[in-house]
Amino acid sequence: MADHRSAHSVIVARGLCHAYGRGSTRRQVLQSIEFTVASGEIVLLTGPSGCGKTTLLTLIGALRSVQQGELEVLGVPLQSADRERRRRVRRRIGMIFQGHNLLRCLTAEQNVQMGADLLPGLAYRQRRAIARQWLQAVGLGEHLRQFPHDLSGGQKQRVAIARALAARPRLLLADEPTAALDGRTGREVVELLRQLAREQGCGVLMVTHDPRILDVADRLVTMEDGRLLAGTLRQSER
Amino acid sequence: MPWARRRIPLAWLLLVRQPVRLAIALAGIGFAGILMFMQLGFRDGLFDASVVIHRLFDADLVLVSPRTMSSISMAPFPEGRLVQSLADPEVAAMTPVQWEFVLWRNPETRRTRSILALGFDPEDPLLSDPSVQRQAPLLRLPGRVLFDERSRPEFGPVAAWFRAGRSVQSEVSGQRLRVAGLVALGPSFGADGNMLVSRETFRTIAPPGSRGGIQLGLLRLRQGADPARVQQRLDDQLPSDVKVYTKEQFIEFEKTYWRTSTAIGFIFTLGAAMGFVVGCVIVYQILYGDVSDHLPEYATLMAMGYGLADLLGVVAREGLLLALLGYIPAYAVAQGLYALIRDSTRLPVLMDPQRAGLVFLLILSMCLFSALLAMRRLADADPADIF
Ligand SMILES: Nc1ncnc2c1ncn2[C@@H]1O[C@H](COP(=O)(O)OP(=O)(O)OP(=O)(O)O)[C@@H](O)[C@H]1O
Ligand SMILES: [Mg+2]
Repeated sequence: MADHRSAHSVIVARGLCHAYGRGSTRRQVLQSIEFTVASGEIVLLTGPSGCGKTTLLTLIGALRSVQQGELEVLGVPLQSADRERRRRVRRRIGMIFQGHNLLRCLTAEQNVQMGADLLPGLAYRQRRAIARQWLQAVGLGEHLRQFPHDLSGGQKQRVAIARALAARPRLLLADEPTAALDGRTGREVVELLRQLAREQGCGVLMVTHDPRILDVADRLVTMEDGRLLAGTLRQSER
Repeated sequence: MPWARRRIPLAWLLLVRQPVRLAIALAGIGFAGILMFMQLGFRDGLFDASVVIHRLFDADLVLVSPRTMSSISMAPFPEGRLVQSLADPEVAAMTPVQWEFVLWRNPETRRTRSILALGFDPEDPLLSDPSVQRQAPLLRLPGRVLFDERSRPEFGPVAAWFRAGRSVQSEVSGQRLRVAGLVALGPSFGADGNMLVSRETFRTIAPPGSRGGIQLGLLRLRQGADPARVQQRLDDQLPSDVKVYTKEQFIEFEKTYWRTSTAIGFIFTLGAAMGFVVGCVIVYQILYGDVSDHLPEYATLMAMGYGLADLLGVVAREGLLLALLGYIPAYAVAQGLYALIRDSTRLPVLMDPQRAGLVFLLILSMCLFSALLAMRRLADADPADIF
């Protein structure tokens, strides 16, 4: 099913398995995952706690090495990829975490610039301008000089989105980005994320438990006990 | 590489985010730096002080007894050897010098203290110091001394009295001596004070055992002569009851004595090493704490695509900044303390560029070494843990 789509796919997983621990403590967490995300597609991943969603996300994000099966992200095969190759893949992926994970010693602007700094061949001023642009895009044009400490949870998460997008990623991974936010703010943040990703043509894979945001997805994938459920729910095409 | 160009000064921002911790770090580094400055300054000052007079001798070659170990145990040798060496065509002139420690009575408290007395013929050049040369003729009168005004204060307020126009008299070996002038030499390891007298005066005050022979012979060579060659020649020709040194060798001989036969060099080097270790521990603590505190942030950076090398660079730059910021106050304080030491001990403790550079290198390596150790903590920054 995936072969002919591989060229336009940002994620292709075939028979992906993952286990934690060794010997008697070994636990199979992912089992034969077959999974594809097309470029520009917005996919939501849900499932009960502990079923392996975060594990799958860290594998796709090249934060862990692949143990078994095949995984191709942005055209780079990650099975048997070394540290350096995984780092280069990470550069092209934007990540948004449950906590905002901003650098406390940097202002909002500087935090976003840490993302823009990853772009090759740009002068300092240009990277700074990109950082400002993105902060404006997430509606924080007035808060450039503020430290994360002085921002609200939703604002921090928006800075994190700006930082992830400032590196011009082809793929965005988000793990429960709304978990620390109230329902309305969470909804706003995800709407923003969807809209900006659309504009960039950037694929999105988002893990969420939040039923209120399921409708932003092109496709909904459910996971249970380390397996993707066969009958994945498809949203109406947008 | 994004880090190869101008970028956000992350290392600096990490440091200044916690001003109290930064201040503690700088205080620690400054303290270590001052400790190193002091210990090395004392060591070099003591070694330099031990050769202040040696350096001033107006001589190309120096004759001493082979039994002489240092300036505090100058053995006599026959004066004839000096006369013999005059036969060499390249030797132009000589100055026989007597060198003994005698007891000087403090004119104020009447207490005695050991002082170094140099006896020479006032007509012969002794020290290449203009004030000594100018005042040497005053010693033609018997019982006159040129007193070293930098001698330790225990010898009495000689310089102050003399400057005030008073006639300053002291008693050495039962002989009444009168200060005819002041010279500026300085105390050393062996001698707390110095005085110059004529050979006639010297004879009257020298301890009875030492009246035969001289302790030191200064030779001046003709223009263009090679001291090393003449030294070789004289050493071959003269009997083995005398040793010939070039002036440089003589200075080195004295320094080597203090370096090797005393624990002074060791003690002060050890003190400096302790400063180094203390500094390392402090900087390591600070940087390790800093890395630990920011571990999730470092992991985030790695997840974003920054490499381990970038993060190591941040920690290394933190070390570099700490070194620079810590060195400046250490340097300034050391300058002040050196001045204080010069005043109170009269040791020639100066901020010479070599030591300033050495201490900077030590602080730098201290900080970078600690940064290197603290970097091991970065291995715990696993980007897979941050989701
Ligand atoms: N580093 C690890 N070492 C060992 N076991 C782990 C590790 N990380 C996760 N696990 C285990 O693997 C299983 C899947 O974890 P994972 O975090 O992927 O679940 P999840 O679907 O993200 O859950 P949640 O919705 O609660 O975030 C869990 O049972 C968890 O205990
Ligand atoms: Mg999870």
